[in-house]
Amino acid sequence: MIGFLEATPLTAMAVPTVGALLIVLFGRWPNLREAATLLTAGTLLWIVFGITSGQLARGAEGGNFGEVYSLGQMLPGLALEFRVEALGVIYALVASSLWILNSLYSIGYMRAHHEKNQTRFYMCFALAITSVMGIAFASNMFTLFVFYEALTISTFPLVAHASTPHAVRSARTYLGVLVTTSVCFLLLGVALTWFLTGDLDFSPAGVFGQAIDDGRISAGMMAGLYALYVYGIGKAAVMPTHRWLPAAMVAPTPVSALLHAVAVVKAGVFSVVKVTVYLFGTERLMAFGASDFFVYAAAFTIIAGSGVAMFQDNLKRRLAYSTISQLSYIVLGAALLAPAAIQGAGLHLVMHAWGKITLFFCAGAIYVAAHKTEVSQLKGLGRKMPFTFAAFLLATLSIIGLPPLGGSWSKFYLMVGSLEADKQWVIWILVASSLMNIAYLLPIATRGFFLAPDEPPAPEKHDPHHPEDHGHNASGIQEAPVLCVVPLCLTALGSLALFIYPDPILDLCRMIGS
Amino acid sequence: MSFIDFHLPALITLLPLFGGVISVVLGTLVKPRRDLSWGFALVVSWTTLFLVVRLLESVVTSATGVVTYNMGSWPGPWGIEYRVDHLNAFVLLVVAGISAVTTLFARHSVDAEIPRDRSHIFYALWMFCTCGLLGITITGDAFNVYVLLEITSLASYALIAMGKGRDRRALLAALRYLILGTIGASFILLGIGYLLMLTGTLNMADMHTTLMAIPNLEGNRTVLVAFAFLLVGLSLKMALFPLHMWLPGAYTYAPSAISAFLASTATKVGVYMAFRFLYTIFGHEYSFNTIPGHNVLLACAAFAIVVPNISAIRQTEVKRLLAFSSAGQIGYMVMGFAIANQDSMTGSIVHLFNHAAMKGGMFLAVGAVIYRLGSSHVQTFDGLGKRMPFTMLAFSLGGLGLVGFPLTAGFISKWYLIKGCLVAGYWPLAVLVLAASLLAVIYVWKLIERIWFTERPEGAPEVSEAPATMQIATWMLILSSLYFGVRGEFTAEMAGQAASFLLEARP
Repeated sequence: MIGFLEATPLTAMAVPTVGALLIVLFGRWPNLREAATLLTAGTLLWIVFGITSGQLARGAEGGNFGEVYSLGQMLPGLALEFRVEALGVIYALVASSLWILNSLYSIGYMRAHHEKNQTRFYMCFALAITSVMGIAFASNMFTLFVFYEALTISTFPLVAHASTPHAVRSARTYLGVLVTTSVCFLLLGVALTWFLTGDLDFSPAGVFGQAIDDGRISAGMMAGLYALYVYGIGKAAVMPTHRWLPAAMVAPTPVSALLHAVAVVKAGVFSVVKVTVYLFGTERLMAFGASDFFVYAAAFTIIAGSGVAMFQDNLKRRLAYSTISQLSYIVLGAALLAPAAIQGAGLHLVMHAWGKITLFFCAGAIYVAAHKTEVSQLKGLGRKMPFTFAAFLLATLSIIGLPPLGGSWSKFYLMVGSLEADKQWVIWILVASSLMNIAYLLPIATRGFFLAPDEPPAPEKHDPHHPEDHGHNASGIQEAPVLCVVPLCLTALGSLALFIYPDPILDLCRMIGS
Repeated sequence: MSFIDFHLPALITLLPLFGGVISVVLGTLVKPRRDLSWGFALVVSWTTLFLVVRLLESVVTSATGVVTYNMGSWPGPWGIEYRVDHLNAFVLLVVAGISAVTTLFARHSVDAEIPRDRSHIFYALWMFCTCGLLGITITGDAFNVYVLLEITSLASYALIAMGKGRDRRALLAALRYLILGTIGASFILLGIGYLLMLTGTLNMADMHTTLMAIPNLEGNRTVLVAFAFLLVGLSLKMALFPLHMWLPGAYTYAPSAISAFLASTATKVGVYMAFRFLYTIFGHEYSFNTIPGHNVLLACAAFAIVVPNISAIRQTEVKRLLAFSSAGQIGYMVMGFAIANQDSMTGSIVHLFNHAAMKGGMFLAVGAVIYRLGSSHVQTFDGLGKRMPFTMLAFSLGGLGLVGFPLTAGFISKWYLIKGCLVAGYWPLAVLVLAASLLAVIYVWKLIERIWFTERPEGAPEVSEAPATMQIATWMLILSSLYFGVRGEFTAEMAGQAASFLLEARP
């Protein structure tokens, strides 16, 4: 029997589920409800810290996989099982640490906006985190698939939150792309794997060994199967499965921040890395050259995503395309198969999450404080919102991959990895992408600080919905509510800290695949 | 062995039969009869369920996996033999279970939809219908199947026509069903007649033995004609595409409780019957190898999972939408049976159960909406999530099951069916099954958006949650579909046993 709040995968899933129930129970009392969210997030973080320290200790002894925890057989031979492993720990750590900051931010944002249906919002948020924990600690592909789908369903209400026709239409795109890819490709891939091998458990050697030795799987089939998985995991947004991501930006900013910088998109790339390393096995993939195609596909997505981002004037859309581009760094790292590249992929999962969530937080703060959504409207705003824009600048540097920020580490490892894999041209892709990042991200912050506002601010149109929020004095500091600003400063500082002290994450990354 | 245990198979059909008769008598004698009729029907249906569960237990624990019972102690093949194996025990459980739960639901709904002075007749017909369905499933005698099929059909025509209190189109729908149903029944009767002519027996197992002894079986035109008549007649009864057109009207205009009951049982029993005939009488070898019966079925099934599902998307009446979806789901079951390997048949049999639970639950939820709002037009669902949260949650969960999302029962069936397709080498069918579930996403999501993400329009009538009996009944079905989605082992193993029974062509 598992003790109360012991650091295991099952408690990590139980805590947000109980949290969701509490949120519904306290739905009528917003303060209690928000307290429940924060308490749950804190407890979860504590549990995940416990799991992490256990994993680091195991890693020091050369191990990687922990004990198996089962929720029982779903079908004969197919169990819902969970197991701690380094890559999963990284993902769980990112999600749980950012959830608590994001919850603070959500409270500030949602209250400043007087959003409706907040109980549903916080409940679905907690359920999404349950799914994330399920994905992170899944010990077989079947379990991962189950929670992957659960994540899609639980985030749909968040994307459609505004309930306007536009929001519902965009949410339809979101659901349509994710469900179509996962049902038509991923499920087919999983069923084929099960049919060919009778085994879906994650292990460093992969599951295909026996079938390959028997000659039942050819190189072409292996490549085809790998493609079913990577395109089936639509959340990784490898083009052309990326359409859902910009569509989902219709959601309230805290949702975009956590789900589209951390939980959902990272569930996608996490699954790609997990499948590459533990289901196929890097050695088998390398022997067949089955992942080569995705080096090109990811490189294309990196450049194309950045290219599209340059022409977006809407801030959130620009960030969305930047995310598409950045996610493919991780897919690229997985497809390169070299140890350093995989470590780079693991690192980038963390670094990008902290950087991108900061950018989204800032976008939301700008919207709350100044009701600006377009990049072209931001001139001179940095002087009014110095904290927000400073954080934005730091996060930008991290995304670009410049020291002294965390993003530089992952880029460095990816470059080493592409040399190890003997694909020098990939370095040029990474360099080109960095330059493009500079071109479309850096001007946002500099524009805010150095350009003067276009015209003297016209007498403010009074927004009928938010009459009392903003004391509109023309000069001086006009930051967003403090609950919005503090989290974004913390995440920006987090990116900085990850440069100075990346050791635990690096240790975890080194364990991947061993 | 106690008296009850010994006579279990007979009691299962006799109880609702006499229950129906008593209901009519009781209703005529006692005046304030509404709740009395309901209470009596409830007792009968739950007792029947209890007996079925005991029978299921004795089948599972018996050494051979078969329980036989001779009606009136006349041994087969002369007398009527009841023969229960894993497959029909499982179908019996579905029929009795759904009947019990929908009866629980019916109390308020029947009050609202059926004239008060006829409620005892309504419940009596219902019990006759249940008796027929249980009888078809349990019997091992081909002619007995036909007789009980007629009992079921006549009762259901009348039950559907009783929906006229709410919408007069019920009469037309019932007439349509009557005409097509009678044609189907005649075909079945002709098929059985030819078989009787050939074999001189009506006992299914005996028929099979005699048929197999016929020299030059593959060239025998009479057998072929019998096969064809039965196939067409049964396809009509189970509403397999393109013979499904009677179904949407019938399910749309029937009283709410009856829609749920028939949608979850009648077509399932039709599917069961078809495969009992194909596997047990003609045998796996004849039906699937000697003549390519399965190719016809596969083609029909492939169209069935696409065409009615597309029609479902266009519907504006939720009951009609669910009815079209049912016609689509029949395709999955037939496909699994027609592919005829262990996995695909397990998928089909599991789906008999799972679909009954999900679709039954959804029809009940719609019934609750009709009870409160008098309509099942999609617009009545706008913003209903806030007013009837529990009912609508049940409805949405049922919908997710229909799509086949993991952790719902629908996923279990889909998984087995896909694996069956792959094992048999039918790759395109596996892709088709997956793609067709996207059609279900479309029509289910259309409703989920209306329920949860649309504001209730101005001036819409105020509503509150459905009465407790309705909610309990709905949730019983939906929770069971969720439970068996997470713990699919019990159903999958039962279905697996049943599948291997049929495949080994054991009578």
